[in-house]
Amino acid sequence: MSTLAIHNARVIDPALGRDGIADIVIVDGRIARVGPNEGDAVIEADRIDATGLVVTPGFVDLHTHLREPGFEYKETIASGTLAAARGGFTTVCAMPNTMPVLDSRAAVESVLREAESSGHVRVLPVGCITAGRAGKELSPAGELARAGVVALTDDGDAVGDASLMRHALEYSTVFGLPVAQHCEDPALVRDGHMHEGWVATRLGLRGRPASAEETMVARDIALAELAGAHLHIQHVSTAGSVAIIRAARARGARVTAEVTPHHLTLTHEEVAFGSSTDFRSIVYNANAKVNPPLREQVDVEACIAALRDGVIDAVATDHAPHAVSDKQLEFDLAAAGISGIETAFGLLMTLVHSGQIELPTLIERLTAGPVRAWRLDRLPGLEGIGTLAPGALGDLVILDPNAEWVVDPTEFASMGKNTPLTGRTLRGRVMATVYGGKVVHALEGLAV
Amino acid sequence: MTTTTVPPIESTKPASEGAWRHQHVLDLDDFGRDEIETVLNLTDRMREVLDRRIARVPALRGHTVVNLFYEASTRTRASFELAGKVLGADVISLTASASSVVKGESLIDTVRTIRAMGSDVIVMRHSSAGAPYLASEQIGTGSIVNAGDGAHAHPTQALLDLYTMRKHFGDLTGKRVVMVGDISHSRVARSDMWGLAAMGAEVVVCGPPTLLPRGLRVGDRPAHAETGLPRVRVETDITKAIEGAHVVMALRLQNERQQGGLLPSMHEYALQYQVTAARLAHAHPEHLLMHPGPKNEGIEIAGDVASGQHSIIEEQVTNGVAVRAALLYLLCGGTATEALR
Amino acid sequence: MSDASPTTVPGTVLDEDGIRRTITRLAHEIVERNGGLSDLVLVGVQTRGVAIAQRLAAVIGDFEGARPATGALDITMHRDDLAARGLTARPRPTDLPHIEGKNVVIVDDVLFTGRTVRAALDALNDFGRPRIVRLAVLVDRGHRELPIRADMVGKNIPTAHEDDVRVLLSEEDGRDAVIVVPNGGQA
Repeated sequence: MSTLAIHNARVIDPALGRDGIADIVIVDGRIARVGPNEGDAVIEADRIDATGLVVTPGFVDLHTHLREPGFEYKETIASGTLAAARGGFTTVCAMPNTMPVLDSRAAVESVLREAESSGHVRVLPVGCITAGRAGKELSPAGELARAGVVALTDDGDAVGDASLMRHALEYSTVFGLPVAQHCEDPALVRDGHMHEGWVATRLGLRGRPASAEETMVARDIALAELAGAHLHIQHVSTAGSVAIIRAARARGARVTAEVTPHHLTLTHEEVAFGSSTDFRSIVYNANAKVNPPLREQVDVEACIAALRDGVIDAVATDHAPHAVSDKQLEFDLAAAGISGIETAFGLLMTLVHSGQIELPTLIERLTAGPVRAWRLDRLPGLEGIGTLAPGALGDLVILDPNAEWVVDPTEFASMGKNTPLTGRTLRGRVMATVYGGKVVHALEGLAV
Repeated sequence: MTTTTVPPIESTKPASEGAWRHQHVLDLDDFGRDEIETVLNLTDRMREVLDRRIARVPALRGHTVVNLFYEASTRTRASFELAGKVLGADVISLTASASSVVKGESLIDTVRTIRAMGSDVIVMRHSSAGAPYLASEQIGTGSIVNAGDGAHAHPTQALLDLYTMRKHFGDLTGKRVVMVGDISHSRVARSDMWGLAAMGAEVVVCGPPTLLPRGLRVGDRPAHAETGLPRVRVETDITKAIEGAHVVMALRLQNERQQGGLLPSMHEYALQYQVTAARLAHAHPEHLLMHPGPKNEGIEIAGDVASGQHSIIEEQVTNGVAVRAALLYLLCGGTATEALR
Repeated sequence: MSDASPTTVPGTVLDEDGIRRTITRLAHEIVERNGGLSDLVLVGVQTRGVAIAQRLAAVIGDFEGARPATGALDITMHRDDLAARGLTARPRPTDLPHIEGKNVVIVDDVLFTGRTVRAALDALNDFGRPRIVRLAVLVDRGHRELPIRADMVGKNIPTAHEDDVRVLLSEEDGRDAVIVVPNGGQA
């Protein structure tokens, strides 16, 4: 019998409405007791003094690229899940744009096997909407569901064919799988490499207009309503999308949504100017190249508001690690994506420190929010995921909301060093991560 | 012998005469007016050298200029070759075939290799916007000159345009310069806008809405970003745009624009936006007509005006060699001061 | 002070009158060596050589009744030390009359290492083939690094190699003087 006692933390558990100082005792991988001084009653235990720190359920990421199988030079299940642990995430939903893609039982099972043997946190695979991610025919959703996928997506690309998307939504209802769409109309983003706006004009780059996302968000919501299916909008990035989703939810459509830390904090100016406001000279920062692209300040503000009031259910990282050789190229040839799972919490805390969102709300969107969006707690073995209720999974994270640190990608556990945040000071840090009752990440200096 | 205190010896010329702060020439967005004037003044000297019986001086003897062209361009490449040779530099031209511009054939490796072989200046043309920036970040010492990158910038063309205009007007302050055509895809237009704005000219751009990039109108970008692009007036009506213009510049229209669905047809474009004598009648009586070349007569510019009395298109070509020589001279002279930029 | 002084002479070595007298003497020497005005062309080396050539031509005009042809030659781009001098090297205009078969006198302010003169000879070559090329300088300060000597010298000034000899002319500097700054003013 192994016991872990965490003492004197500010426990924020949004699912249970808890926010107060308490001890947490985990016995044999499950939450045993939560309450003031509960830890003192335990005689023999590993102990962590969390005085002055915040403890929350382990974060759940609905959008992680682990790259394995097929792109192990970018990331592996081992490195990606260790990065997740360091970012405070105890559950990651693995995107299917691997090689082979996750459109078969065999591929999904291979991911689960690898996660079982080398993973540091829980991996929930997501299957493809279309066979081969080719956008032509439906993937075998029933087979995938039995193999253990928790949702469907062709992420990286949208399902452009409206009729196919309609059928995918209809078919998904049999298995209760959310259909998650990367909303960017292929025709409108062709040859585009960043947000279409004044910065793209400055850089002489073709843009990806906000309307490319918004038209598809609107289309897919209409199709989901037609099909009576659950549509999930991945990485919402524009004010227009937010307005469309808001209206759809108000009329009761089954649509959920996620937003990334970078779309909540950075704008398209990042690509050319970094954090500088000196517009005299430019760079082409491929580490700020991501799809959908970083947008404008009005979009950032709309996304924050939607996250705050729940129109957007979850923060998802869209952790997209790439090798240096994928990024250190001409901007139009460089791969899109940000390695973001280790910087997510620190970056999100800028919203808390600037008063744009309350800490408990932010924690909700990282824990109970994603669980609710995809109803992950319906799955066998995941009862109580995203909470610290007695009997729930012993997944939690210890946070210091005020610890300052400087982003240095050479220290990432992720093999992807592609972050636009290099050298930036973030305030808010993941001190330790506990997965299934075991400490899978702890910074030195944490009093154990 | 009395001891005299040494009097301050200062030139009566303004201190800005020789201003130069660049290791690389990537665009004109970070050029001050003083630096542009340094280049243009030096271009006068280079014109003089070009007019000599033996148009060759040994100023850059022992320096190596490499033309690295990922995109075909006979004119610009020849212009740089001549500029280097006039100054006595060794000039090597490399044309990278389009097929090598694929992932795996790294631009950075190529540039580093050329630099390691002892080149002082790499003149680069590339179909990807920003490629010279990537090269300049990796090169360490030595210089990169952007000879055109995608739809982004073409600073040497802009400098020769400025030089040609200044030759005729003396001062560009308050002069109205109108660029007509495919503004979206024009690297010449982008660099010209910066250069003209720095020199105090008034810039008007004109084209169909499908060929106008977003954010150019001041109201189209947030207040804090007003300086993020040069201040220009945007018109879609060519007659209104040309009104009172001192310079009208027709931009090349490429066939792909029609195939890309941006234009109904070349014929329709010519009807709406061709620079014609009738339209030029609205310009300033002493206006100049320019074109960065190569031109499609009968599409963006009428044949009779292209060779008419207001046209200074030929002159632009001649000045191109002199401007490029001036830049090579400044960049090689700058090798002694690596701390710059 | 004396022309024969073997040591470094600090301070002003020629004042306005001194320069005027020196130029007058040089003008007579130039005409004498040339045997009159025929085919004489004075080519000033940018920048101060140009002003001196203009003054010489004016003086010659006064006593001969006709001015010789003059020109300006910039040798910046013929120097062999561009990289070392870096950004200080800004070319000035070159504007020469016809020099083919002429008796050219190169005019400069200070003769020092001889590199400027070598560059001027190179540059002249690009414009034509003079019959004779002579050299006239306002000041010869010694320390030659090339086998070059002046045909006509206004004033010889013994200097240390590191001294700075500055010729000020009203056309460029607002006043006339020749000054020796010991040790380049760094002493």
